[in-house]
Amino acid sequence: MKRVFVNEKWCLGCHLCEYNCAFANSGLDNMAKALKDKKIYPRIRIEGDENINYAVSCRHCTDPMCVKSCITGALSIEDGVITISQDKCVGCLTCILVCPYGCISQNENSVAQKCELCLKNSAGEPACVKGCPNNAIVYEER
Amino acid sequence: MGIEYIYPEFEVVRNADRCIKCGVCQRQCANEVHKLDEDLNVMLSDEAKCVNCQRCVALCPTRALKIVKSDCRLRENANWSDSTIKEVYKQASSGAVLLSSMGNPNPLPVYWDRILINASQVTNPPIDPLREPMETAVFLGKKPEKIQRDENGKIKCELAPQIKLPVPIMFSAMSYGSISYNAHESLARAARELGICYNTGEGGLHKDFYEYGPNTIVQVASGRFGVHENYLNAGAAIEIKMGQGAKPGIGGHLPGAKIVGDVSKTRMIPEGSDAISPAPHHDIYSIEDLRQLVFSLKEATNYKKPIIVKVAAVHNIAAIASGIARSGADIIAIDGFRGGTGAAPTRIRDNVGIPIELALASVDQRLRDEGIRNNVSLVVGGSIRCASDVVKAIALGADACYIATSALLALGCHLCRTCQTGKCNWGIATQRPELVKRLNPDIGYQRLVNLVTAWQHEIKELMGAMGINSIEALKGNRLMLRGVNMTEKELEIFNISHAGE
Amino acid sequence: MTKYVIIGNSTAAAGCIEGIRSVDEKGEITVISGENHFVYSRPLISYYLEEKTDLQRMKYRPDDFYEKNNCKVLYGVMATKIDKENKKVYLDNGEEISFDKLMIATGSSPFVPPFKGLDTVENKFSFMTIDDALAIEKKINKDSKVLIVGAGLIGLKCAEGLLEKVKKITVCDLADRVLSSIFDNECAKIMQAHLEEKGIEFLLGDSAEEFLGNTAKMMSGKTVEYDVLILAVGVRANILMAKEIDIKTNRGILVDTKMQTSAKNIYAAGDCTEYLDYSSNTQKVMAILPNAYLQGLNAGKNMAGEQSDFDNAIPMNSIGFFGLHAMSAGSYYDEKDGGKCYIEKGEKHIKKLFVKDGVLTGFIIIGDVSKAGIYTNLIRNKTQLSEIDFEMIKESPTLFAFSKENRGKMLGGVV
Repeated sequence: MKRVFVNEKWCLGCHLCEYNCAFANSGLDNMAKALKDKKIYPRIRIEGDENINYAVSCRHCTDPMCVKSCITGALSIEDGVITISQDKCVGCLTCILVCPYGCISQNENSVAQKCELCLKNSAGEPACVKGCPNNAIVYEER
Repeated sequence: MGIEYIYPEFEVVRNADRCIKCGVCQRQCANEVHKLDEDLNVMLSDEAKCVNCQRCVALCPTRALKIVKSDCRLRENANWSDSTIKEVYKQASSGAVLLSSMGNPNPLPVYWDRILINASQVTNPPIDPLREPMETAVFLGKKPEKIQRDENGKIKCELAPQIKLPVPIMFSAMSYGSISYNAHESLARAARELGICYNTGEGGLHKDFYEYGPNTIVQVASGRFGVHENYLNAGAAIEIKMGQGAKPGIGGHLPGAKIVGDVSKTRMIPEGSDAISPAPHHDIYSIEDLRQLVFSLKEATNYKKPIIVKVAAVHNIAAIASGIARSGADIIAIDGFRGGTGAAPTRIRDNVGIPIELALASVDQRLRDEGIRNNVSLVVGGSIRCASDVVKAIALGADACYIATSALLALGCHLCRTCQTGKCNWGIATQRPELVKRLNPDIGYQRLVNLVTAWQHEIKELMGAMGINSIEALKGNRLMLRGVNMTEKELEIFNISHAGE
Repeated sequence: MTKYVIIGNSTAAAGCIEGIRSVDEKGEITVISGENHFVYSRPLISYYLEEKTDLQRMKYRPDDFYEKNNCKVLYGVMATKIDKENKKVYLDNGEEISFDKLMIATGSSPFVPPFKGLDTVENKFSFMTIDDALAIEKKINKDSKVLIVGAGLIGLKCAEGLLEKVKKITVCDLADRVLSSIFDNECAKIMQAHLEEKGIEFLLGDSAEEFLGNTAKMMSGKTVEYDVLILAVGVRANILMAKEIDIKTNRGILVDTKMQTSAKNIYAAGDCTEYLDYSSNTQKVMAILPNAYLQGLNAGKNMAGEQSDFDNAIPMNSIGFFGLHAMSAGSYYDEKDGGKCYIEKGEKHIKKLFVKDGVLTGFIIIGDVSKAGIYTNLIRNKTQLSEIDFEMIKESPTLFAFSKENRGKMLGGVV
């Protein structure tokens, strides 16, 4: 299955992926409208320091602790993609407690959110990958 | 202050309705133009630092930015232009030589744009390159003057060493040091994929790039940086650099601050020491001296590598080329005055040397007149901007072209012409690791391959239009060219007819 | 064809079904469900009262779960006895079911101490099941006064669920702090202050001595008036059926890392079991939902013939009250236990990391809990802290604290 991978050698720490992610999942058709003067809740996050950066988003583990630990059944694996039903999620954050990569976060409504590879939004392909100016984030089989 | 103040050249125009304060511009500007003011919660700009490299413009996700030329002008007149006055101010303030980068920006004639290409009609039909085979390969090196036979009457096939190029384009010399590791990797990988050559410049060959040797031209310049036996034998050819189009008659100077880590190792000089290439080669004061170096290099490489002698296009270029053609060199590279540079004194760059078009026309003519044209191949550079420039150069007599500025543009260069600061926001003319990584060679090399591939298609189309299916048939074929906007003298030098003739 | 019987129909049972089906697609699975409900998530009953979920969304698995997994579910039926020699389970409706492999997932029951006068209280409830929640919902209104006995996870979640719907909530506990099973004093104080700020009253180090109708007489001599009494003192593992047939038990049914009990072909999982806490290397009852699922899943695989071990269970909790989140995991060793504790404290925020023998053994965080899973993983993997930049990760969990090589493995591969 294709997944999102990051190559820290090429990550510039520009944070565009975070904004592209937040925009892609906003459901709006204009980035300024979607993000201007708002706190963003990206599902991919840049880590690192002044010299080394890399983006972290859901690894879509084949044996995912988040899905197994979810108390509501909101997290599930659909065709290899770990997806979340935000309607079901009550925001207990057990998934955050068990994700070894720190890839799950809370959204503006306090329920859990995670990368779903832009399969559910209008971007169609991971927006972080498409918008990365240096091919530091790729979407591929490994 | 006051008297020293010079109004910024550019203005940063930020569309407040679009700016989402994502901070990408701030993080991406090595010149520190943009800054989020936490108190005001707006992005502010310090325009005095802006070099108009367009990095922020290109990465702004909401297209909220544009950079425009400031319209705050001094009171100009035809003699004292805004930039001329400001240069006086700068020098009055600094007491220093003005430095510039990239090619001559002044509105001197670009003869490529005054030369037009022929096309076949009715009697000599054009060729469709998509249907017919079209040969664009060239061989660079000394060609035999006549057919020679052995005692059995068989043709002797030994040929002096040659470089085969599937398309008559090479990447010209840019040193590791003046450009980044990733820029070099991009050039090397693209050269390999295209089957052409790139050129080390005078910075030596990084150990990682020896694998690209068959597609590398190794340069020997006046500083002799990074030159050793393995280096000479690594490449497809060796180039002796006598001069550079952007700064004929002077040497080079890479400041000690840039001689760090691998750059120092590759140049074989201590970290932090200035890399000064003298204006002359201290062992070359005549064609005979040059011949000695040519043959020293041939000896060192067992007569297997063609030797290129690169000179700047200057007033006596035809005589100089004639001398070089007799020195034993296999290829002459001529660099025109619009060629780029990582740093050059502004006055030299803008006032010394001549256009490559004129230099090429006169050199090719002179060598033919003297019957020594086959001694050497001619490679020309110094602002070859597009496929039609290549075609015109070939028709004027070149065997191949060197491109560098266009290659850098393909790698992301936005011609802001501030390479000398070492803060290239596109990761090209810099050694700062956080900037170097901005050029991912996976992207860079592909863009170079795309560029040359596109030019090759266009060259074939232009050839097809002329009814020519082999680039050899175009070489020196000045009948295919006509001049416009030229004086009699210019037409005479080019040895072409005026359009309509 | 193997006959699987599962006693119980909650998280561990669901895990068991998925475990069996990951190995054996054909075997016959029968689920004995005492409760008359589709498998649902018990911790959601407080969210139900709070109206953050509803009966449909509380279902732990999709509606076609049993159908898809080809399970027979006997609703409203209790198992009464196990015959391990003849491999049979007797039911309270008089029927019996034979099995090849049996799963005991009987969970736990509320523990109700013998309070004096409890029989005089009309509206008294436990808070364990959906039926409890539905019953409580019927008895409360805007003017209700609620007394909750027990300031543990269940009691406080119940308080959170009810707060907006009633007039007053008082929570008492014999312990001197809230959430005594997961918090030390310092952390408990922060959470208590937050809950008090939201309007919950506490009587700690105090409990009811006697109930008289709608009044509780406290040990301290105070009296508390209430309309609804909720008993959330604690739970006890349901081990009786196992104990009767001499399966080894302690406070729970003892299971190994394959979730097998001391009896052949009989497995157990979930809140009724006692199993290895990897962080402290001791056997414990760790009645938490993620572990119940993981145990059930593992048991199911083993029952169906695959060798599988669940050997790195640790206690862990993620819980939030009125927007303030708390997480805890592992075991806490302070200096007297030979460990070391790193503390970071701010207003409505505290982080305690417990280190012993060069590994992270446990943590408590209240407030910013983002990326806490990175800490949990350190505990679960017993990662040597000398291999990572502990100074960095102490401040905030980040993969940047790992070596470039390990980070590459984590981000390049998948687990």
